[in-house]
Amino acid sequence: MSDLPLIQADRAVPPPATTTSTGGRRRRLRLLSRTDRVVITLMVLVPLLLVTGFVWLPAAATVLLSGTDWDGIGPLNEIDFVGARNYSDVVNIYPPFVPAIQHNLLWLGALFVVATPFGMFLAVLLDKELRGSRFYQTALYLPVVLSLALIGFVWQLLYSRDQGLINAVFGSNIDWYGDSNVNIWAVMVASGWRHVGYIMLLYLAGLKGVDPSLREAAAVDGASESRTFFRVVFPVLRPINVIVLVVTVIESLRAFDLVWVVNKGRNGLELISALVTQNVVGEASRIGFGSALATIMLVVSLVFITIYLATVMRENRQ
Amino acid sequence: MSRPRSQAEYLARLVPPSVAGINRRSLLAGAAGTGALLGTGLLAGCGDDAGGSDSKDVSLGSNQSDPKPKDVLAKVADGFKTSSGVQVAVNTVDHNTFQENINNYLQGKPDDVFTWFAGYRMRFFAQKGLASDISDVWGKLSGYSDAFKKASTGDDGKQYFVPASYYPWAMFYRKSVWQQYGYQVPTTLDQLTALGAQMKRDGLVPIAFADKDGWPAMGTFDILNLRINGYQFHVDLMAGKEAWTSDKVKKVFDTWAGLLPLHQPDSLGRTWQEAAQSLQQKKSGMYMLGLFVGQQFSNEEQSDLDFFTFPEIDPAIGAKALDAPIDGYMMARKPKNEDNARKLLEYFGGKEAGDITVKNDPATLVANGSADVSGYTALQKKAAELVGSATEIAQFLDRDTRPDFASTVMIPAIQQFIKNPKDIDGLTSSIENQKKSIFTD
Amino acid sequence: MSTATITRRTEGGPDAPQRRRRMTPLRMLLHGFLIAVSLAWLFPIAWAVLTSLRSYEYTAANGYVSFGGWTLDNYVTAWQTAEFGKHFLNSVYITVPAVLLTLFLASCVAFVIARFSWKLNLVLLGVFTAANLLPQQALLIPLFRLFTEVPLPEFMSDSELLYDSYWGLILINVAFQCGFCVFVLSNYMKALPRDLYEAAMVDGASIWRQYWQVTMPLCRPALAALATLEVTWIYNEFFWATVLMRTGDKFPVTSSLNNLRGEFFTDNNLVSAGSVLVAIPTLVIFFMLQRHFVRGLTLGASKG
Repeated sequence: MSDLPLIQADRAVPPPATTTSTGGRRRRLRLLSRTDRVVITLMVLVPLLLVTGFVWLPAAATVLLSGTDWDGIGPLNEIDFVGARNYSDVVNIYPPFVPAIQHNLLWLGALFVVATPFGMFLAVLLDKELRGSRFYQTALYLPVVLSLALIGFVWQLLYSRDQGLINAVFGSNIDWYGDSNVNIWAVMVASGWRHVGYIMLLYLAGLKGVDPSLREAAAVDGASESRTFFRVVFPVLRPINVIVLVVTVIESLRAFDLVWVVNKGRNGLELISALVTQNVVGEASRIGFGSALATIMLVVSLVFITIYLATVMRENRQ
Repeated sequence: MSRPRSQAEYLARLVPPSVAGINRRSLLAGAAGTGALLGTGLLAGCGDDAGGSDSKDVSLGSNQSDPKPKDVLAKVADGFKTSSGVQVAVNTVDHNTFQENINNYLQGKPDDVFTWFAGYRMRFFAQKGLASDISDVWGKLSGYSDAFKKASTGDDGKQYFVPASYYPWAMFYRKSVWQQYGYQVPTTLDQLTALGAQMKRDGLVPIAFADKDGWPAMGTFDILNLRINGYQFHVDLMAGKEAWTSDKVKKVFDTWAGLLPLHQPDSLGRTWQEAAQSLQQKKSGMYMLGLFVGQQFSNEEQSDLDFFTFPEIDPAIGAKALDAPIDGYMMARKPKNEDNARKLLEYFGGKEAGDITVKNDPATLVANGSADVSGYTALQKKAAELVGSATEIAQFLDRDTRPDFASTVMIPAIQQFIKNPKDIDGLTSSIENQKKSIFTD
Repeated sequence: MSTATITRRTEGGPDAPQRRRRMTPLRMLLHGFLIAVSLAWLFPIAWAVLTSLRSYEYTAANGYVSFGGWTLDNYVTAWQTAEFGKHFLNSVYITVPAVLLTLFLASCVAFVIARFSWKLNLVLLGVFTAANLLPQQALLIPLFRLFTEVPLPEFMSDSELLYDSYWGLILINVAFQCGFCVFVLSNYMKALPRDLYEAAMVDGASIWRQYWQVTMPLCRPALAALATLEVTWIYNEFFWATVLMRTGDKFPVTSSLNNLRGEFFTDNNLVSAGSVLVAIPTLVIFFMLQRHFVRGLTLGASKG
């Protein structure tokens, strides 16, 4: 796994002091009054019901629907089950599926190798309390504030083959959004543009939380700045590193808006999320088939979510 | 002369001087004002619906979100109010969202009457019970040709649709360019190919072409299929009854592959507007598109725009069929104000609504033959004649077949073909495999 | 008191002298690099703004790489055509309650997770966080069915259903956004010193008072940061709005941008103007809360 080094690096750091022992916990429980217990139950139960009802139940229903050939019309009891046919169709006779998987992986790779490190690098620079830091932060963060649909449009103004700025300035004739060998890269530039700002901010927040005495101690020992960062700061930031990693993975899995704005995820811009949408949303209404695609996406997401939660869990045990 | 700043301005310019007393700004303000009024009307309407039955209103779900058609619809609704005393509450949703949500919309709480188009999907809604039988309304309508009535009829022989307007697909060109080079309208495929070669020598792109959005190239496929295999084959192919791996389909793709070198390259990154602009800027010789191509031309240039129907390929088939999608209205299942909804549909199909549309919207052709069309431009007149002389009218690929097949199979397939026109066998067998999985019932 | 340290540092206390350090060549290089990156980042947006200020007539004739055709008409037309006034208000009706409710519910759960060390907490955290990460399109059809089945009294919704009502839209946004907030807030709250609660308990404060009067005031930076993010996300969201509503007049402003795209024809300059108008509120919120932003997101988990 790619995140192994991060986890191992953490071992070098002394575990934070545990605040409660088992005994203390039991004692506190007994101290709770009846009202307190009701309050706690409500505080958890209300949001839990909302999330279960509106997210988890529909997710379960989607998994069920993936075994049907439902077209989304008519009563639920008339739905026919077709077993795993949708899944075999997805894999065997649906041409966009394989490209979509490749593009999602490519997307993940590009964000992971280029955009995320660049965002982290900028955060480290901006952590230096420079003059004008607020301006830099704002400039980098601005794309995050805009909706992705808007971003797709903004870049279209630059990329258009006949009317775009890039071709006009460089006298080139590249069909940025239309050539299926080029367009995925063009879109990833736009996506990276936004992703960098997001990561920069998350990471900056993490850096601000690092106890300055750690760095001061390293500086006293005569360690160089980069050495201090990699040996001291980076390991301490492990939770943030994990978050950044997960955000990157999830963003690349969920990547959708941009390609949808460009050409609805076709012709070189196939992504799983766009295929789900093409089939489920809109007139097409291939609910069963689309749900099978969605289930594949759900399972992959859940794998990453589980890895992530497992990391958090290990964190908490320390 | 200057180009229109926006579609609204373009359309406003097309308004004949007789009715152009109002300027564009007031048109827009008027549309906004009407919208606001209708908004309050809608809220009131919803309140009434829950309570009484003998209400004086009816709701209309509309995808006419562009300023001009929206304004025209508001005028027709006003006309209906004057003639019947019933207020129409128009619920406008942008056409794209409207079309994407149609299944959910019709199963939720749809408006009494809604905008839609003729074709497979209309019949599908009828069959699924999502639309109501309006044969009685048809009993009161007059002025429609049999072709329109047929296009409004569901699989059970009853009518479910009232046609309002339509537009044909043809090869558009600029008269001035053709005069300059002395081009003649081709009547056979060979002549078209020769003409294209000549245009290339003259430094023009013979056929403007764009398919970024996935649907414009369907028009080319349709017309080649209609010319090579005829209307009935088109219908059967779209209904999933014919095999895509048949030689007939392969011949369509083969012929298209032969024509592709005459088409504008890099079409998958281009929108039809950009392609139309190359025609407007006299860089391309012709463009296969719907009548709406005129939207990229200024008012002064309109008279320079002309078209011819796609030439004959097989003399046995001829060149009399074409794509001419029809837009119109349907009634939801269980409308809240059923009597008013039927009255509204009757009004939509009547001469008066047609007259209002002709007078206010020069971008479409009115379906009802009894409407006063003296306000048509020369292009409109010619377009109406073309459709009138057609032996068969198709609705366009994505309206004549299952929408899931059109959008999830055909769009990627045609784009794949444009990218790689050589592998026709692989392409058609892939389409056929997916078709079998979709057309199961 | 690790939070106290964090707060002081970001306010610049101990680092103040550092900031006044003179410009070394290395620093200049750093600034040069950052300015270059910032400008590169701003450029696409600036280009869109520029486009929005030009007439379609001019750019269609001369191309976009030209100079001239300046006008504000696009803004006027965009505002009128898309009826932005009305739709901005709709966005407020959805965004404000949704953000407040998200923060409230999420802080409740986060408080319980942070305050107690039950085994169940992790499962809870998982249920919430994971919900935020699931692909939304995948859940549309079941949700749509659910929305058309749940009745609401008429005074709450014209349609007497969750479908086509603001209530439904607010709830669905809350359900999807809770996860992220629970995650950030619980981390933040865990970093608060435990002695606070011990002291509060000695005073006999109930759980509710501990939550409302002890924890919440200390979480202000995190709440401000989350409010900024959530306003941005919920405001920009239009997928649910367009599929779970049927009345065009009730759509939020982001979806009314679609009204500027014609059925056959799209005027890029006009859409640019509309896009700029739509982006303004999120920018305002960001500038207003920027000071709290980075500090509040400090996930509190990296105490030294």
